[in-house]
This record gives sequence, structure tokens and C-alpha cells, in this order.
Amino acid sequence: MTGESLHQVQQSENHRAAALKDRILCCTVAGCLSGGANAVRKALTDEIERQNRHAEIEVCGTGCMGLCSEGPLVRSSARDVIFSNVKPADAAAIVDGTKPGDIKPDHPFFAGQRRIILANSGHTDPERINGYIARGGYRSLLRAVTEMTPAEIVAEVRKSKLRGRGGAGYPSGLKWELVARQPSSTKYVVCNADEGDPGAFMNRSVLEGDPHRLLEGMAIAGRAVGAHQGYIYVRGESPLAIERLRTALEQARRHELLGDRIFDSSFNFRIELRIGAGAYVCGEETALLASIEGKRGTPVPRPPYPPERGLWNNPTLINNVETFANIPTIVEKGGAWYSQIGAPASPGTKVFALAGRIARAGLVEVPIGTPLRSIIYELGGGVPAGYEFKAAQTGGPAGGCIPASHLELPMDYDSLQSIGAIMGSGGLIVMDTSTCMVDVARFFMEFCRDESCGKCIPCRAGTVQMHDILARMTRGDGVEADFPMLEELSGLLRAASLCGLGQAAPNPVLSTLRHFRGEYLAHVRERRCPAGHCEMTSNGGQL
Amino acid sequence: MTPTATERDRLLENVMSRHHYAGDALIEILHAAQQLYGYLSPALLHTIAHKLRLPPSRVLGVATFYHLFRFTPPAKHTASVCLGTACYVEGAAALADTVRSCGWTLEVDRCAGACGLAPLVVCDGVPLSRVTSSQLESHLRSSE
Repeated sequence: MTGESLHQVQQSENHRAAALKDRILCCTVAGCLSGGANAVRKALTDEIERQNRHAEIEVCGTGCMGLCSEGPLVRSSARDVIFSNVKPADAAAIVDGTKPGDIKPDHPFFAGQRRIILANSGHTDPERINGYIARGGYRSLLRAVTEMTPAEIVAEVRKSKLRGRGGAGYPSGLKWELVARQPSSTKYVVCNADEGDPGAFMNRSVLEGDPHRLLEGMAIAGRAVGAHQGYIYVRGESPLAIERLRTALEQARRHELLGDRIFDSSFNFRIELRIGAGAYVCGEETALLASIEGKRGTPVPRPPYPPERGLWNNPTLINNVETFANIPTIVEKGGAWYSQIGAPASPGTKVFALAGRIARAGLVEVPIGTPLRSIIYELGGGVPAGYEFKAAQTGGPAGGCIPASHLELPMDYDSLQSIGAIMGSGGLIVMDTSTCMVDVARFFMEFCRDESCGKCIPCRAGTVQMHDILARMTRGDGVEADFPMLEELSGLLRAASLCGLGQAAPNPVLSTLRHFRGEYLAHVRERRCPAGHCEMTSNGGQL
Repeated sequence: MTPTATERDRLLENVMSRHHYAGDALIEILHAAQQLYGYLSPALLHTIAHKLRLPPSRVLGVATFYHLFRFTPPAKHTASVCLGTACYVEGAAALADTVRSCGWTLEVDRCAGACGLAPLVVCDGVPLSRVTSSQLESHLRSSE
């Protein structure tokens, strides 16, 4: 494909859309799918068939619109409204345009958002590359390949001050520069799409809702660092994401947007898919690389870091899905523009998966630094009546809990770290007073214990010990000496574990001990669970 | 229609040949094998090791490392209870007990990505969202 033909596809696709009276988009991913979205889509298609109006109204599947708790969701493009809780019986009224749309763009859930990564999700058909091109897709790749030198692309990313969205927040520009500087002629670009935190589906929604954005971001990265081969390592538990990626890769290849001589330049770039097989530790970069090589996914000590020696010992750039998804926009609008959004030290937007005891659960994208209160109360509609906010959990098993006293906290990397939580990949779970924090800590420790790969002893044995102590506490068998023991073990895991899984495993314990110590004390001293969750089957404190 | 034994062998051979019998495609090949045969039997693992010229210990080591690979035939009825954080705080642990007491095979999903509909149980592919123990029990009993 040439720049010219990209433009033509965009034009003809826009003409086609303009000729339609309406385009009805049905969310057909994760939450809505579980709620019966496929039946709704079929009913809409049948209705249009029955009325013989398929020339003027189009029905297509689309990615996540965000408001998952009110799904299945259907959007009418012409009327710019979303219908919630749609049933197959609503099809006729939607096609006729007589059903009142209940969610308009000024709805508080959407008004407070700023969508860059999710800009297309819910607006295009992720299974059609032309839909992505119509919205300006692959123009950034065209620019990166034909108008910019690799060094200029890296400079733009540095200027954007983009930080890795996988959780650790390492400056992406620095990482890109490190890989670009390596003299090796074989380099790789790897996308970490092994999103395994329980309660997190941000990356998945990008893969399912706008897969071409990721492919474009990776190809630009390949051009910038001098790589010709990319890998996407995707979680095996997300069959729809895998299917959508396969379709997208096939289309990009057919349109010659991946492959040899992209846009008639000398730049070649291919992407292969690698499917994970259910090991949380593979989200750690060295374990992920081992898994791509077809081995057990166990981490190795760093340094050398992957930018120096990664896949098959070659320099490798690893970024998260969301990081790559930002790249097309940064190239299009410039790093300086991007750096103005969000918090000065960590610009841009972040996608959060809002869940738990909250009125409106789903996916939101907000500027980094948005206070937790506005995410929960303005976008999320607050805690439902009859319940009381207790804490928000971020970062999954590596993260921490934010108590009500910190609701004003701006959600950025450094502020979160200062109170013992982390940004993580973006899971945000709201808990009310009926949730027991000791049990939550036990739940995450159980997760880390099960997912520990067993290579290093501090993690393998430490998570077992910590889990035993926490389980004892929730049974009412905790003893005073458990507190110093928990803290000692936490210090040990942090200092001596080989990889992030073990190092971060104590975080949920430490953060709940810090903010909810009273609850632990009630379990141990009074053999009572203040939340009324734990069944105290204690036998009088005897071990 | 389920393929016959010889068809399955041929299909697996195709997958291996597409990957040029390369050892680094082991996980892809194990995925394909499990999809075709339902589970990974010792004989199947030996065949794969032989074809990819890998030590059987390496193939078994990789296969047992990952949770998604099965070594026994799948059960007739399986219910997958999501135990992601959102589902857990909504009481999914009790749902897991219900599945067990109804005699179905229990699978645990770390997060199905449907946190807005928590708690979620997928029974033989049918998703039940915001489900209570009693609703789940009557569903399981009626689909036996």
C-alpha cells in the first residue's frame, strides 16, 4: 500500500458511511457478551432484514464502550446515543429510531473521560481494517516511515514523557533509545499482552476493540529502534482477543501495512502472535521472553536487561499494550502536545477498569492525576445506596488499598507509591464496609502463592508462610507474634525475590496493615471480624 | 463433527510442519494438540518431543508449568467460576462450593473481564452473571 491508496481507502470508507442513514454498533466483547449481546445483534440484523433496509442501516459489532455494568450496550451513530440493558425485543424500536437513547455523550460517565487509547473502541468494527483507516488509522505509520528518521521518532516519544503503562512506569523514550542504540542488526519488538491481574481487563479491551492501534504502534516502534520482527504475547484465556488479533494481523498483511517494503520504503516489519498458557508470572518481562522461546516461563536475573539482551539474546523492546496504543497519537500530534495532558511528571491518560461496589462499573480513560474521588463518585456514580465506601484496591496482587482518607489522591505513579499502592496496570476495585481487609490480603497472597513459579526460595516458600498466617487470622487463630513475622517475611520477599512477583507480593499485606491495622487487631485480639465476613472457627487460639 | 484419530494426527502434523518443527513453537503446538485431542496424554507428549527433537523432559516440563494444559480427559460438565477480585468480593468463593456440591467439575478463572457483572460463572460455555448460589444450583441441577 502507498500513502495515496491509504488516503483513497479512507475517503471511500467515509463516503460509504456518509451514504448510510445509521450505523448501529453492538458491543460484542467481555461483559456485554456475557449479558447476551450476540442475541441482540442477531435480533437487530434480522429486523433490518425484515424491513429490507440493509442498504441504509448497517449493524456491526464493536469494542468496549465502557459502561459494562449496564450492558448489553448498543450505539446509534447517527443519533449519537447509547442504549443500555438492551434486549432482543428492543430491536425494532432501535432500527426505527423510536427508542429513546438513555446515555448521551454528556452523561457523567463519559463527560469526565478523555479518550486516546479507547478513542475508537465502541465506534468502529474491530474486524474491519477500513474502519480503522477511516478514522485516520495507519497515517502515523505512514508519517513515521516516509517523513521521519528513527531518531526523530524516538525524540518525539521522549518529548511526550510517556511512561510504561504495564505498572512500573519506566520512561518509554529512554527504553526506546536504549534499544535503538544497540549495534546489533537483529532486534525485536515485543508487546506484553499477558494481562493477568484479577479484576483487570484494560488491555483486553484494546485488543478486542481496536487491535489495529496496537499493530500500528508496534510497527512504529520497530521503525524507531531498528527491529524487523515483533511478537505479541497474549493471554491464552482471552479467546476473543486472540481471534481479533489474528484477523487484524491478516488484514494488515493483506494491505501490506505489515510485511516487506512498507509504504514502498526499505522498512520491513512482521508481527507474530504467541499465545500464553495461563501463567501469571509470564507478565514479568524475562519470563515472558522465555515463554516466547517455548520454555517454562521462569524469570532470570537482570541485568542484562532486555534492551541489551532479550529474545534469543538480541536487543528487545518490551512494552505493554497500552503503551504501544499511545504511540500512533504521539506521532500524529507530537510529543509536546501529549506531554500537556495529565500530570506533569507522568503525562497522558490511563485506562482503569472500575469494578466492585460501585454504581457504574466498566472501563474509563482519564488524564493521569485525576483524583480518585472524581473517578469513583463522578464517573462511577459512587457506592450504591445502603453501602459505605471503605477502600479502593489498585494494582491487583502487586498493589495496595487506598482508604477513604486518601480519596483526594491524584491517580499518578508517584502519589500512589507514596501511600503504599501502585498504579499497576489499571484495575480499580471498590470495596465497601462488608469487605474484610484481612481476607482481601489473604486472597491476594493465595493468588501469589499459586502463581509463584517456584524458581527462587523467598517467593516460593515466603508466599506459603505469609498465606498460612493470614489464613489463620481469618479463622480467628492469629497470635500477636504473627505481626512481626508478617513484617519480617514481607521484608525478606521484597529484598530477596528474583522478580517482581515475589518482590511485590507483600504489598497488599503491608498496605492493609498500614491503613487497616485495627481490623487485623480485632481478628487477633478479639477474635472478631469487624466486616462480619470471616467465620471465626477458632479453637481458642491453639495452633 | 469430531475428527477421527488419523485426521487428528494429520492435523497436528500440519501444525508442526507449519512451525518448521521448531522447538520454540512448543507452546503453540501443545495448544493445538490439546484442542485436537482434548488433553495431553503421555503418548502424545512423547510424539511431540520426538517430532520436535526435544528431550521428553523438556516437553513435560513446559506442559506442566502452564495452567491451561490438561493431562486427563475433560469432564462432561465443567463450571468455570471467576475468582477475580471483583467476583471474589461479591462472594464467588461460595459459588465454587456450590459447583463442587453439585458434582460438576470446577474450573477457576482468574478474571473473565466481566467485572461489571460480578460474580460470574460460566457453565459449559453458558455465562451466568450476577448469579447467587441458589440460582447457580438450580441451573446446574437442571442441566445435568
